[in-house]
Amino acid sequence: MGRSALGLLERRLLFVTGKGGVGKTSVAASIGWLAATRGQRTLVCEVDAKGNLADFLGVGPLQFDPVEVRPNLFAMAMDTEASLREYLRLNLRVPLVARLGPVARTFDFVANAAPGVKEILTVGKLAYEVRERNYDLVVVDAPATGHVVGQLASPVAINDLVKVGLVRSQTDWMIELLTDADVTGVVVVTIPEEMPTTETLELIERLQAETDIDVASVVVNRVLPEIFSRPEAAVFEQLRSSAGIDVLRGELGPAVDEVVAGADLAVRLRRSRVAHLTRLREGLGGDVPLLYLPFLFHRAHGVRATSVLADAIGDELGY
Amino acid sequence: MATSGLEQLCSAKEVVVSTGSGGVGKTTVAASVAATAAAQLDAKVLVLTVDPAKRLASALGVQEFGNVETQVERAAFEQAGVDPAGELWVAMLDTKQSWDDLVRQHAPDAATRDAILANPLYQNITGRFVQSHDYVAMERLYEIHASGRYDLVVVDTPPTRNAVDFLDAPDRMADFFSSPLLRWLITPYRSRLVNLASKPFYTVADRILGTQFLEDIAEFFILFQTMYDGFVERARAVTTLLGGPQTTFLVVSTLEVAPAREAEFFLDLLAGRRYHVGALVLNRVLPEFLLDRSATAVARRLTHDAADLSEVFRSPLGVGDDEPLESVLGQVGQSYLDYQVVARREAEQRAELSSTPDLCLTVPALEGDIHSLGGLLDLGGRLWT
Repeated sequence: MGRSALGLLERRLLFVTGKGGVGKTSVAASIGWLAATRGQRTLVCEVDAKGNLADFLGVGPLQFDPVEVRPNLFAMAMDTEASLREYLRLNLRVPLVARLGPVARTFDFVANAAPGVKEILTVGKLAYEVRERNYDLVVVDAPATGHVVGQLASPVAINDLVKVGLVRSQTDWMIELLTDADVTGVVVVTIPEEMPTTETLELIERLQAETDIDVASVVVNRVLPEIFSRPEAAVFEQLRSSAGIDVLRGELGPAVDEVVAGADLAVRLRRSRVAHLTRLREGLGGDVPLLYLPFLFHRAHGVRATSVLADAIGDELGY
Repeated sequence: MATSGLEQLCSAKEVVVSTGSGGVGKTTVAASVAATAAAQLDAKVLVLTVDPAKRLASALGVQEFGNVETQVERAAFEQAGVDPAGELWVAMLDTKQSWDDLVRQHAPDAATRDAILANPLYQNITGRFVQSHDYVAMERLYEIHASGRYDLVVVDTPPTRNAVDFLDAPDRMADFFSSPLLRWLITPYRSRLVNLASKPFYTVADRILGTQFLEDIAEFFILFQTMYDGFVERARAVTTLLGGPQTTFLVVSTLEVAPAREAEFFLDLLAGRRYHVGALVLNRVLPEFLLDRSATAVARRLTHDAADLSEVFRSPLGVGDDEPLESVLGQVGQSYLDYQVVARREAEQRAELSSTPDLCLTVPALEGDIHSLGGLLDLGGRLWT
């Protein structure tokens, strides 16, 4: 029996990742939107400085300091330098920080030179918000599949490299929080196409091999509708035969050709996806819950798309 | 002057860089262009790819991509009904391996080389943290081009967060090694005369990271600095190659909102740097017949009057009374209208791509789904003339 995704919003820290172009940011925004609508105090954080999250929430550019974009829904953009400054303020005596001079100069070195520092400042800030219970749920628009394992594994990597010091004492609680499946989960967004399917399966394998962080769900985005049942498909074959088309033309005119060709395209597009859906399901083997979100045949993007997608997620979660 | 396809471009250029945001099919486009160039031109062609789909590897008839260059056998072309005029070679970027090669090449002596390869930070940078991808991809391209082994190199760009990251990677690397800050940091580790604890930065850094870690970092960069000249020279050469007359860029995109915006941004950026943009390739585009006005009217009628129309059509179509004709007619109309919404969205995106290059090529939906070398050649042929 497969695990269920029904408890997704009961976790407190969700990292949403996926291959580029599958709608990762849009799904992260929608999960946050849904949780906020249901009354959870929610923070959505963008980690890649691409700025798309703001579009999906219908607001201007996001900053490190969270803003409430709608009731219960807060949004921020990660800025590792600001995160370091906050960390130093919280952990070091103030005069020492003042003598440091502009943090930017040192930061330039620290972030570029020491592997994993940017990652740990990102994960650390988010884990801190969770630990302090500043929010009921923190949703992270995390890096794409290629980069996310490095980020999630960074506390462990730093733990391996750094044997003593303040950072070392910080990574222990972070690791504990990240590896508690009741608290933290990864959501992998994908679409039923070849490379996204392959990358999803590989990512889950890597997450399981290289981290102890639970995969909460795989979200299959942009699932095309199956437009015909089996008996309907048989009737459609009759319609699109040359004799069938002649009959339709008699009543509807020659433009019916395009309409039938459109339906035929819809059938073929759907069919081209089925094999990938099957491979995904079989590859996951019931270990990871799947959520299916429909392709949106909508004019709108941005905040309208987010609200429609949030409804679709709500339906899948049984709300 | 406008050209009609990629033939002229591939004949005139030595390096074709396929770019675009993730998931738009730039790897497939790169492979198609390379395969077609090898089939059509009397040229030795290499496609350098970053992370190919397994299906793409099998489409090219190679078992596995590796850091070594492998030739696609003539038999594979012949199976696809093509007698190739040239040769097609494939190679994949192995980041770790490429870094190791770089170190071997630039290290001043064996002791430095071994110390770098064994440094825990080096292993982390090259292995776990993949920002280093961009740099080695461009470095490898340069090395292959400079070797003179190929007439044409088609390179697929790595899945960076931002499609332009790799362009800046050589400069970033050079800047980093020449940064005064880096020298300032590692100086005290070179001369043990300075008391680290007396400097506030080191006191803080020590409290945060621990002395051992700082020493590891410093050792790593002291070692790496011995390769500084080699790296900076290389980085400059790579930048020159990318901007040179022998190089052209293909910008690949779908007509979805986010990739199209990124493509537009990238086109502007390339133009701003005076890089040569050979073509914009629009992938997975829905057919224009979905925008037909009279078809829209028919589709609406089918969805609204499905019940009445099913009575009219049932007997002339020879559909049985128990068969679901009404729902099929309704669905046929509805799915046309649904996909029309998407096709309109695409048409709007296309209109917004204002700064398009002279050559804009379109690949219809479904035709980018490639299962064989024949499929790659079909796609390439569509782009060729």
